[in-house]
Amino acid sequence: MSTLDTAVPGLHEEHHGPAKGLGRWLFTTNHKDIGTLYLWFSLLMFLTGGVMALLIRSELFQPGLQLVEPGFFNQLTTMHGLIMVFGAVMPAFVGLANWMVPLMIGAPDMALPRMNNWSFWILPFAFAILISTLFMDGGAPNFGWTFYAPLSTTYAPPSVTYFIFSIHIMGASSIMGAINIIATILNMRAPGMTMMKLPLFVWTWLITAFLLIAVMPVLAGVVTMMLMDIHFGTSFFNAAGGGDPVLFQHVFWFFGHPEVYIMILPAFGIVSQIIPTFSRKKLFGYASMVYATASIAVLSFLVWAHHMFTVGLPLAGELFFMFATMLIAVPTGVKVFNWVATMYRGSLTFETPMLFAVAFVVLFTIGGFSGLMLAIAPVDFQYHDTYFVVAHFHYVLVPGAIFSIMAGVYYWLPKWTGHMLDERMGKLHFWLSFIGVNITFFPMHFLGLAGMPRRIPDYALQFADFNMIASIGAFIFGFSQLLFVWNVIQNIRSREAATARVWEGAQGLEWEVPSPAPYHTHTTPPKVE
Amino acid sequence: MDTARANRRLIVRLLLASVLMFGFGFALVPLYDVFCKVTGLNGRITATGPADAEGVDTARQVKVRLIGINNEGMPWKFGPQESLLEVNPGEMKQTAFLASNPTAQRMVAQAIPSVSPGEAAQYLHKINCFCFNSQTLAAGEGVEMPLLFMIDTDLPESIHSITLSYTLFDISPDNTGTAQADTQEGGSPI
Repeated sequence: MSTLDTAVPGLHEEHHGPAKGLGRWLFTTNHKDIGTLYLWFSLLMFLTGGVMALLIRSELFQPGLQLVEPGFFNQLTTMHGLIMVFGAVMPAFVGLANWMVPLMIGAPDMALPRMNNWSFWILPFAFAILISTLFMDGGAPNFGWTFYAPLSTTYAPPSVTYFIFSIHIMGASSIMGAINIIATILNMRAPGMTMMKLPLFVWTWLITAFLLIAVMPVLAGVVTMMLMDIHFGTSFFNAAGGGDPVLFQHVFWFFGHPEVYIMILPAFGIVSQIIPTFSRKKLFGYASMVYATASIAVLSFLVWAHHMFTVGLPLAGELFFMFATMLIAVPTGVKVFNWVATMYRGSLTFETPMLFAVAFVVLFTIGGFSGLMLAIAPVDFQYHDTYFVVAHFHYVLVPGAIFSIMAGVYYWLPKWTGHMLDERMGKLHFWLSFIGVNITFFPMHFLGLAGMPRRIPDYALQFADFNMIASIGAFIFGFSQLLFVWNVIQNIRSREAATARVWEGAQGLEWEVPSPAPYHTHTTPPKVE
Repeated sequence: MDTARANRRLIVRLLLASVLMFGFGFALVPLYDVFCKVTGLNGRITATGPADAEGVDTARQVKVRLIGINNEGMPWKFGPQESLLEVNPGEMKQTAFLASNPTAQRMVAQAIPSVSPGEAAQYLHKINCFCFNSQTLAAGEGVEMPLLFMIDTDLPESIHSITLSYTLFDISPDNTGTAQADTQEGGSPI
């Protein structure tokens, strides 16, 4: 790793390279090291959750029970969801923020480097606890990633206590990460970097961090209530003691809906960085992007009950949550419009990051539209808990959040490693992923509309064809991710040096520092015009 | 250094915000009850305690349907004495639910009411109800559990019938989960 001192001459008595050996990674307070740790951890979790997804799809390849016990199938769907949401998507975004936010705003490091180290290093423990439940008596949590009470309290396996504890640790990690990001963005900007000059990735992360601080404690609260119901005889969700299981769903989704925006707002930011670069134009409607992101964040607190239309809400409630949900389509539409307008009459080239970003815009929009369909309360009674819901949220999370993360990795990888990507392999990975993801999830729309319920290990015969197609797609998508791993490793080992700017149209402070980015950057604040 | 002080101030505020949001999560529990009571949603919260009768509205009759449900694994026999009552708003009505414990051991039960339509809940005054307390029955014992209620004269015109449903839960001390009720030692399900 290069440790060249490239900053302007000055007093840098602290300038030194990374420590040697394992200690470097255990005790590091360097934002780039911690970003790297987060990204590797997230990749590991992505592959773990992916193996579970492939087990699920193998079981569903044909009707009938062939591979796994129904009870274990439930554990698989639960663990797949938890690992992908809390282990793959969220840490990947935090890793990207750690790497890029200080570089983009001209800060030498994160505001709270020691806390940064803690917020990463408690995560592996949380997931070690969560995954260890698979080997416990009674098995892993089997109540779905939404862990509705009383399924997760009265009827839960004994391992639920470990699940609760691991959620507490993940929550603490997220909150610390969020505090760090807010402090960095608000207090550490280079002189002249005003709020309305911040790159959009930074803006979206600032708003995401506020969402995290608002809702992760509510998640901690709801699992604490579960813990008390299970072990200390309280009755928050136990109807016999005067509690109410519906209350669980309200509190959970009060966390859960902002959570889905936590997983997509940074994706909006990444795509808003990439599309202007490869269109060789400024982002269309910068200010409207910022306001749209903020209004999505505010609205996300007012729509939680659209996950609960069939629970027996009064008509007034159904109408309110239906219209509030549809309102979110407006700022989201503004964003999609701005991305398209940025590309319009741009000088477009389609390198791997741009391909992923364009696919994001198209496929995320499909996911958004199925979301609009689900928002319509009367038809949601048909779609609720069917594969249509599975199709919807996988469209916004896989070609949405995951594609944006891959786009971001391909986009910034030359800055991290100092080497250019093998475009041919990158494009191969893209096309296999793009085709695989659509073969996997598009048929699920039809399955759901035809009435196939989600979270089942077996299904009626009329669903067989589409399930087989979906499983084939899942294997294409799953195994093509090995190409991603290969691409990243090849890139690290490659000798093809990248320039500082890397991409012809790239704009922003992160491209002013050399590639690979030195261990310490912006030790003297850069000048922002 | 100035940034360090600004950072410290910001951390304190953000930590405070997360602690407050943790508290808010718990505050949602009573807020939910208050919200249900004010709006009459969910049918959980009914008016209880003494009610002042302001004269009977003999011009109106409301059908009150009574339902008794056993929660999963609850072995008691449980049901209303009369399943359908015709009630004038403002009229005190006395009825009862019957319960018996067919098992070979002492059990404790708690009935949880629910009113449908939910908006009628706040107009249903329960002056005396067996659901105010838990019920203990020795092996083989039966009981007639009284219910004294009144429907408010302010009940919206659009409501012609009300369903009052009770779900009976096993809360015997040695029994943590209702699902295990019939696996208890010596337990002889009906």
